[in-house]
Amino acid sequence: MEAIRTVSLTKYYGKSRGITDINLTVPEGDFFGFIGPNGAGKSTTIRTLLGLLTPTGGTADIFGRDIRGKREEVLADIGYMPSEACFYPNERVGGIIRYSAGLRGRDCAKEAAQLCERLALDTKKKIRELSLGNRKKVSIVCALQHNPRLCILDEPTSGLDPLMQREFYAILEERNAKGATIFLSSHVLSEIQRYCRHAAVIRGGRLLVCDAIDKLGDMYAKNVTLGGVSAPPALDGVRNVTTEGDTVRFLYSGEAAALLQALAGMTVTDVTITEPDLEEIIMHYYKEEGK
Amino acid sequence: MIVLRHELRQGRTALMIWTAIIVLMLGLCILIYPEMAKQMGELSSAFADMGGFSAAFGMDKINFGEFTGFFGVECGNILGLGGAFFAAFLGSSALAKEEKEYTAEFLFTHPISRSKVVLQKLAAIFVQVMLLNAAAVGATALAVLLIGESPEIKPMTQMFLSYGIMQLETAAVCFGISAFLKGSGAGIGLGLAALFYFFNIAANLTENARFLKYITPFGYTDSADIIVNGSIPTGYLAAGLVFTAAGIAAAFLRYGRKDIAS
Repeated sequence: MEAIRTVSLTKYYGKSRGITDINLTVPEGDFFGFIGPNGAGKSTTIRTLLGLLTPTGGTADIFGRDIRGKREEVLADIGYMPSEACFYPNERVGGIIRYSAGLRGRDCAKEAAQLCERLALDTKKKIRELSLGNRKKVSIVCALQHNPRLCILDEPTSGLDPLMQREFYAILEERNAKGATIFLSSHVLSEIQRYCRHAAVIRGGRLLVCDAIDKLGDMYAKNVTLGGVSAPPALDGVRNVTTEGDTVRFLYSGEAAALLQALAGMTVTDVTITEPDLEEIIMHYYKEEGK
Repeated sequence: MIVLRHELRQGRTALMIWTAIIVLMLGLCILIYPEMAKQMGELSSAFADMGGFSAAFGMDKINFGEFTGFFGVECGNILGLGGAFFAAFLGSSALAKEEKEYTAEFLFTHPISRSKVVLQKLAAIFVQVMLLNAAAVGATALAVLLIGESPEIKPMTQMFLSYGIMQLETAAVCFGISAFLKGSGAGIGLGLAALFYFFNIAANLTENARFLKYITPFGYTDSADIIVNGSIPTGYLAAGLVFTAAGIAAAFLRYGRKDIAS
C-alpha cells in the first residue's frame, strides 16, 4: 500500500505558479525526505495533500483514499507539523494539546504526557510565553500524540536545539520502526541523508528526481577549498574546479580517505571541507533534466 | 461542539467587556429617566418639533415623555448600536482570525469538516450575542424596578426582539463577507455596522431614501414604528431574514472550498 501517491498534481495561485505536474509515490512504512530550496513548492505540495489547498489539476491519494472526497478520513490518519508553529496565544500548552486531541475525538493524554516529558515541554505555560523552539515542541506533540499512520512534517527541526533535534529524530525512528510512514521536508541535506531512505528533490514547482538516498549520489558530495596550491589533487570525483590566486575550489564526490591521502602529500596552507549548498545539488539534477 | 466551546472560551473576555459597558450605559440611561421626565413637560414637544433631526431618530412619532418612548429613542440606541458593533466584530473575525493569526493551518488539518467548523463558529457568535442581550434585558428590568416605572411589556419585548434579530443579521452578513477575505475583516465589519446605522437615519430623513430600510437591519428596529404600530415592521424584517440567510449561505459555500494559504 502506498502512503502517498500523487498523479500530475498541480496547483496554481491564480496565474502564479505553485506546483506543476508532481508525480510522487511514498510507500507505506518509508522514511521519506522532500528536499528543495525555499519557495520551491514543498509547502504547497504538503498543503495540497492535507486539503488546505484545492489542486488545480491532478489527483492525490493518501492510503488509497482521495484527498478531496474523503478529507476527514484522510486527516484522521495523518499527524501534521507545519513549518510555522502558530497557536492561540492566550491558551496554555496543555489546553492546545487537549484541543488537538479533542478535534480528533480522542483522548491522547497518556501519549501526550510521555511526549511532553521526552521533549521537556512545560504544559502549564501560555503559548505567548513560548520561544519558537518550544512552540515547535507543541507542534510535535499535536502531530504525534494520536499515533498517526502517516507523519507529515514541514521543516520540523528549524528552531529546535541540536539536543532536541536528536530526541525528535529518535521519536520518529521509533514510530517508523512501528510501521508509521514519515514524510518530512527540509532544506538541510545532512538531516535527509542521515535519516531518510528515499528522497525527492523539488525545484521551481517541479519534481526533479525521486529515488533511494544512496542513488542520489551527489547528496554526499563535498565542497573543498584548498589554500596555497594552484591545482586540485588528481582524483576521480573532482569537478567544478575554480581557481582564484592560490585558492582552489572544487566539488568532490569520491572517497573521503582518498582525498585525505592526496591532501597529505600536498603543501596546502588551508583546507575547508563543507557540505555543498542545496542549490548546487539541485542544479546538478536541473542540468541533467535539461539535457 | 468542541469548536463551539473553544470559541466561547476564546471570546469570553471580549464578551464580558462589551456586556459590562453596554449594560452599564443602558442602566445609567434608564436611571436618569425620572429626572428627565420631570423636565420633559415642555421639552417633549420641542423634541418632536426639530424637523429632520426629530425624524432621523423617530422622535416626531413617539411621546418622548413616556418611558417606552424615551427607552426606544435613548436607551435602545445604546443596545442597538453597541450590540451591532459587537455582533459585527464577532461575525467578521470568527473565521478571518484563524487565517490572520495563522492558526487555520492547525485547525483545518484535524479531521473535522470545514462546514462543522463554520457551523460551530456561527453557533458561538449567536450564543454570545444572545448572552449580551439577555444581560441587557436583565439590566433593564432591574433599572426599571429601581425607578419604579411599569412600562408596557409588549412594545418592550418587541424592541428587544428586534435588537436581537438585528444583531444576528449584522453578525451573519459580516460572517459571510469575512469568508471571502484573506486577512482580518474586523475593520470592514465595524464600518459596515456604522454604515447600516446611517442608512437608517437617512431613510428616516427623506422619503427618497426610504428603500434603505430594506437594506439596513436597523430598519426594523425603529422604536417609533414598533410603538406606534404595535409590531415589528414585517417587510423590513423579511428582507433582513433574507440577508441573514444569504450571509450564512455565503459563508458555508465560500469557506467549504477556500484555499487556506498561510
